[in-house]
Amino acid sequence: METIIENELVRELANKHGRTRESLIPILQDLVVQYRFLSKKDMVDVARELDISAADVFGTATFYTFLDTEVRGKYIIRICKTISCAMKGKNEILSTIEDILKIKLGETSSDRKFSLLEANCIGWCHKAPAMLINDTPYTELTPEKVTEILREYIKIQ
Amino acid sequence: MVSLSINGMLVKVPQGTTILDAAKKLNFRIPTLCQHDDLCVAGNCRVCVVEQLGGRSLLAACATPVSSGMQILTNSLKVRAARKHVIELLLSEHNADCTKCYKNGNCELQDLSNEFSVGDHLLLDLTETKEYTIDRFSPSIIKDDSKCIRCQRCVRTCEQLQGVNALTVAYKGEHQKISTFEELSMAEVICTNCGQCINRCPTGALVERTYLDEVWDAILDPEKHVVVQTAPAVRVGLGEELGFEPGERVTGKMVAALKRLGFDSVLDTDFSADLTIMEEGTELLTRLKRALVDKDPSVALPMTTSCSPGWIKFIEHTFPEYLPNVSTCKSPQQMFGALAKTYFAQVRKLDPKNIVSVSIMPCTAKKYEANRPEMRSSGYKDVDYVLTTRELAKMIKQAGVEFRKLKEDKYDSIMGKSTGAGVIFGATGGVMEAALRTAYEIITGREVPFEGLNITPVRGMEGVRLASIKIEECKEEWSFLNGVELKCAVAHGLVNARELMNRVKSGDLIVHFIEVMACPGGCLGGGGQPIPTNEKIRKKRTEAIYAEDMSMELRKSHENPEVIGIYKEFLGEPLSHKSHELLHTHYTERVRY
Ligand code: SF4
Ligand code: SF4
Ligand code: SF4
Ligand code: FES
Repeated sequence: METIIENELVRELANKHGRTRESLIPILQDLVVQYRFLSKKDMVDVARELDISAADVFGTATFYTFLDTEVRGKYIIRICKTISCAMKGKNEILSTIEDILKIKLGETSSDRKFSLLEANCIGWCHKAPAMLINDTPYTELTPEKVTEILREYIKIQ
Repeated sequence: MVSLSINGMLVKVPQGTTILDAAKKLNFRIPTLCQHDDLCVAGNCRVCVVEQLGGRSLLAACATPVSSGMQILTNSLKVRAARKHVIELLLSEHNADCTKCYKNGNCELQDLSNEFSVGDHLLLDLTETKEYTIDRFSPSIIKDDSKCIRCQRCVRTCEQLQGVNALTVAYKGEHQKISTFEELSMAEVICTNCGQCINRCPTGALVERTYLDEVWDAILDPEKHVVVQTAPAVRVGLGEELGFEPGERVTGKMVAALKRLGFDSVLDTDFSADLTIMEEGTELLTRLKRALVDKDPSVALPMTTSCSPGWIKFIEHTFPEYLPNVSTCKSPQQMFGALAKTYFAQVRKLDPKNIVSVSIMPCTAKKYEANRPEMRSSGYKDVDYVLTTRELAKMIKQAGVEFRKLKEDKYDSIMGKSTGAGVIFGATGGVMEAALRTAYEIITGREVPFEGLNITPVRGMEGVRLASIKIEECKEEWSFLNGVELKCAVAHGLVNARELMNRVKSGDLIVHFIEVMACPGGCLGGGGQPIPTNEKIRKKRTEAIYAEDMSMELRKSHENPEVIGIYKEFLGEPLSHKSHELLHTHYTERVRY
């Protein structure tokens, strides 16, 4: 038997954005802001709250790169994988990050502090290579520069 | 009306007609994959493209309405090249191992590949770069992503016909796939096993789990007594797989074929459908009595039927608060199974452990139902294997039985006799009608006040239908029902069942008795019925069901001599202790995803 534990946040978000199909994406976005990813439970609770199927919520979430359905770290690094960044040395940046954080592309560090992902074009082609850490863009990256940036993040407790 | 020309021939069609349908009128067939008569337009496969003279790009015939003066070519060089290319693109990602595929010989993609003579692939074979999953966990359905062309017929079926939405399109681009919630197995999610998606999948990506080998093994084992039961709707569908037109009744030939296949006893689910009416009718009257006379507030009304296992699983997931409202009667299949290894074994002096009970069903959810842990009240698995109408047709072909030439035969006895009331279980509204024929007579001593016993208000194809019968001049013991208007509701297709239940839940609809069949049209439109199934074919099968009813000597369940007999010799009376043990069950609340 399924025990329904009230999901306060989901309820609140549904109150805020509404309970129609169009409210789905704003609710999911807010959940991601809060938890950085959509847990199975939250997706089911959103489905219940909007009276739609959980598969629908999952389908929508997996369509959008920024609506993650896997556990993510506190800082999500997204390296732009599009051609301009690739030509300007994105791979080197990537391996530098992998070396420093000891995680591979797609992984999250065991302390759940960092996740390393790729993104489609983030609109900084003119200052490639570029990456995002959460919402902050970093551009014209070099191995040295990225090392420096990460060092700052590592320091944050 | 709009006039246009197709391949140089003029045609006039109503505004809004698609090019596809206009071409049909002139007897030009345009190939399709994502299009299905039961579903909304998707326009995603592009195999139906046609050329418009003077137009810049090709048009999808299934998605483009005609306009005046259009000049369409359905078979130009450009069109042929484009279609062939579409098919080749699909095949470049398709695990085309046709000889080993369940759909071999009955696959729309295969047919098109053949039609367009796709030879050596011009395109790179991408299948090896893909990590496809095959989900074999469900007792009803196998989902093989390596065969999926992402036409989304299944997703639209599950949404538009069934309102379940167990399937969705997940991810995007080259990773796009048809998925359940969190890519769980079909067995772990809200899927009702109705098989409507299987019936519409143009490839081998969604197919029923087959038990043909197990059944052949049992038949060929001399130790085993193999009992087979056939559901009402099979006799009006089977013919389509074996060279008959939709709507042909093949009851007698089917019985003859089953005997030739080597089944030891060929019996009828219609018998246990009649029995269901006795149990369920009595249950309804008992609930009404408790509500009206004893004023017992714990009585759950409206009572709903329970013969459709897809509906049962749906309500368990979706409206669990209404589980007390569901009749505790097992479905006719499971009543039959429980009796096959008890009553039948006893009368025929067989050891139940040597009985193998097989059922032929228009339904894939029945495969799931037979595997529910509750369904072992005989002390054994009550129904060992469930085959669909399609699987039976395949068995008949495998055995080389020339179906068309068979002489009609009759069911064996006991548990082979039935009435017209049992037959109409196969059509939406049929259980309601059968129940009313019996209940009304129990209460008043008179036949239902409808000409020829045909309760037409509960028949038809409307998604939700309401009807009521005024009860008057009751027999003494039922006098509390004098003047009561018995209100009934019927829904078919789970999308309509959901709407009906929401109306009940909101208090907007007050009724006493609800019939739900999970599939559009009822069992005759079941997921295990011949492919294709669509509105036109469902109507033909419906006519056949009612014709079969009219052809029966007896039309009311309580007059079935074998039903009278089993109460006398074995069960006692409806809702007796023994009935409860063998013929009734309980339900389980299930997850929301
Ligand atoms: S799905 Fe159709 S085309 Fe694909 S392997 Fe099976 S029969 Fe062949
Ligand atoms: S599973 Fe079948 S119906 Fe569904 S998208 Fe794939 S090919 Fe189409
Ligand atoms: S079997 Fe029925 S409920 Fe399950 S996915 Fe297919 S259409 Fe949906
Ligand atoms: S059948 Fe027309 S686009 Fe698929």
